[in-house]
Amino acid sequence: MSEEHICTCHANDYKDVLLPQTAVVTDIRTDTPDVKTFRVVSPDGGICFDHMPGQCAMLTIPGVGEAMFSITSSPTNTQYKEFSIKRCGMLTEALHAMEPGQEIGIRGPYGKPFPVDTEFKGKNLLFIAGGIGIAPLRSVINYVRANRDDYGHVDVLYGSRSADDLVDYQEMQQEWMQEKDFNVYLTIDREQQGWDGHVGFVPAYLKELAFKPDCTAIICGPPIMIKFVLAALVEMGFSKTQIYTTLELKMKCGVGKCGRCNIGSKYVCKDGPVFRCDEIDELPNEY
Amino acid sequence: MKRLETSRINEFFDVIAAQQRLYMPLENNGSVNFGVYSQGDKYDPSALHTVKSAKDVFFPQCEAMASFVTEGKKFSVTPVAPTDENFVVFGVRACDVRGFELLDKVFLTDPVDNYYAARRSHGTIVSLVCNNPEETCFCSTFGIDAAAPAGDVIGVWTEDYLYLEAATQKGEELLALTGSLLTDGGDEEVLRRKEQTREIIKKLPLASLTTEGWGAGTLDEKFNRPEWDELSSACIACGTCTFVCPTCQCYDVRDYKAGDKVSRYRCWDSCMYSDFTMMAHGTNRPTQKQRFRQRFMHKLVYFPDNNDGEFSCVGCGRCVAKCPISMNIVKVIKAMGGKNNE
Repeated sequence: MSEEHICTCHANDYKDVLLPQTAVVTDIRTDTPDVKTFRVVSPDGGICFDHMPGQCAMLTIPGVGEAMFSITSSPTNTQYKEFSIKRCGMLTEALHAMEPGQEIGIRGPYGKPFPVDTEFKGKNLLFIAGGIGIAPLRSVINYVRANRDDYGHVDVLYGSRSADDLVDYQEMQQEWMQEKDFNVYLTIDREQQGWDGHVGFVPAYLKELAFKPDCTAIICGPPIMIKFVLAALVEMGFSKTQIYTTLELKMKCGVGKCGRCNIGSKYVCKDGPVFRCDEIDELPNEY
Repeated sequence: MKRLETSRINEFFDVIAAQQRLYMPLENNGSVNFGVYSQGDKYDPSALHTVKSAKDVFFPQCEAMASFVTEGKKFSVTPVAPTDENFVVFGVRACDVRGFELLDKVFLTDPVDNYYAARRSHGTIVSLVCNNPEETCFCSTFGIDAAAPAGDVIGVWTEDYLYLEAATQKGEELLALTGSLLTDGGDEEVLRRKEQTREIIKKLPLASLTTEGWGAGTLDEKFNRPEWDELSSACIACGTCTFVCPTCQCYDVRDYKAGDKVSRYRCWDSCMYSDFTMMAHGTNRPTQKQRFRQRFMHKLVYFPDNNDGEFSCVGCGRCVAKCPISMNIVKVIKAMGGKNNE
């Protein structure tokens, strides 16, 4: 096919769902040795777009590429969006090397959020997270805190490799742990000097804590953790219709067309990333 | 019914090409593919299948979407706007036209893909009835009539005349543009030719292939079938099937950096490739069997699940002809349900 003439005459007026807008990284917080939290605003100040907890956004790092990240700030934060990002590949390496003031590209929001205003309303909530899996759940947790009267009792069980790998630990201690009717349980994989909290893997601690199946469980973490937590919850009497999690597959477009995140008849970018666990059972086991 | 003397075909092309970009099957280094006509180019009416389908007229193999400029910490986006130029694509067969309709179900559903939508609205399709369907053809399996393609202008090529009939407003406009070259007549000849085509199709080896057992709601029955092991065992993951396919729509988005300027492109990709779903922490389809199964399950189960039972295959037979290990969708259909009463 010969080259096509590229029309740029209306380029300045043209906006496309597939193209990023400019955003500014105003603050970068180092949470752990490999996780940083990036605060992002629009060039005129304020948030780039509205979102709901569990939704994601595509971030473009100039010259490196684009990838999907869950938005860790709550929609009730109208000043900025936050992304807690673990350094684990080329693009995240470049993100971690950035300095405040850097402009990036952003587009979104993408995906189906957690049903915070419907199914979750009036329910007791049990959040279970492992490692960087806290990132999407923090958005839900802070949304619940901002609308505290709409929800029942809240438990958060969060585990990490070590005490140094707990993301958002300060916010948890200074804010979450002070909330009424709100318990935070932390655990780390192995004994560590200076840590007097619980030691052990998340699924084992979950069974130890013996939560009653009178709540809605929301899980996010490494696939292996999700697998064992799910089994433990079912063993504890939870029905899969009470359990929500998020799936993570490779994405390029974010709108269900590029084909990468297709699994069964679903596209994780638009039909997920949030799924109820009984819905996941209907998908082929390729996630 | 209008007709054009085939000896004047280049005059017809020149009238169109003077106004609009004109795509048609053209030979280049021994392969025929859709390309842009320029004066004097020779159209070969015996060309049935181009190597690649006609889809890249509407969904190019590679297209620029934006350029980014970085200056210090500054970052700006200059979008490439969708096309606003009319064009004509000549010589599309019934299977490929159905392929466009299947791509529409992906790219024209909310949120609409503006690049694709602009090309669809600016493109006029001149389709051609197949005179000599090949042994690899099985469009009838998917309810496509090679003697009655969709399109804006429907053409029938004979030795003496190219018969043309407008099917849409855009088609009428194209025939008005070329009106001075056209005369009236030929209805009977066109009917005769169409019957001839239908007779040939009835006798093709794959004419009676059915999709029995496949379609919406067959995930549980098909996914864990042992047949996938053998079917996929020789696949070399070359991706040829996806690149020649009229309905494969998977794409990649990439940035190319040249100094302070970055170009964002999208280009075709293949679910058959190992890095298609690769993320920093690994891939959800680590084996070729899984990737192979994904392609066929998508066309024969997942796409029908989302599109009222319609399959994402048009039976053009390109993958049948081109796969280096002679594996193809016909063998997959037949191995797990589909019948072929040869």
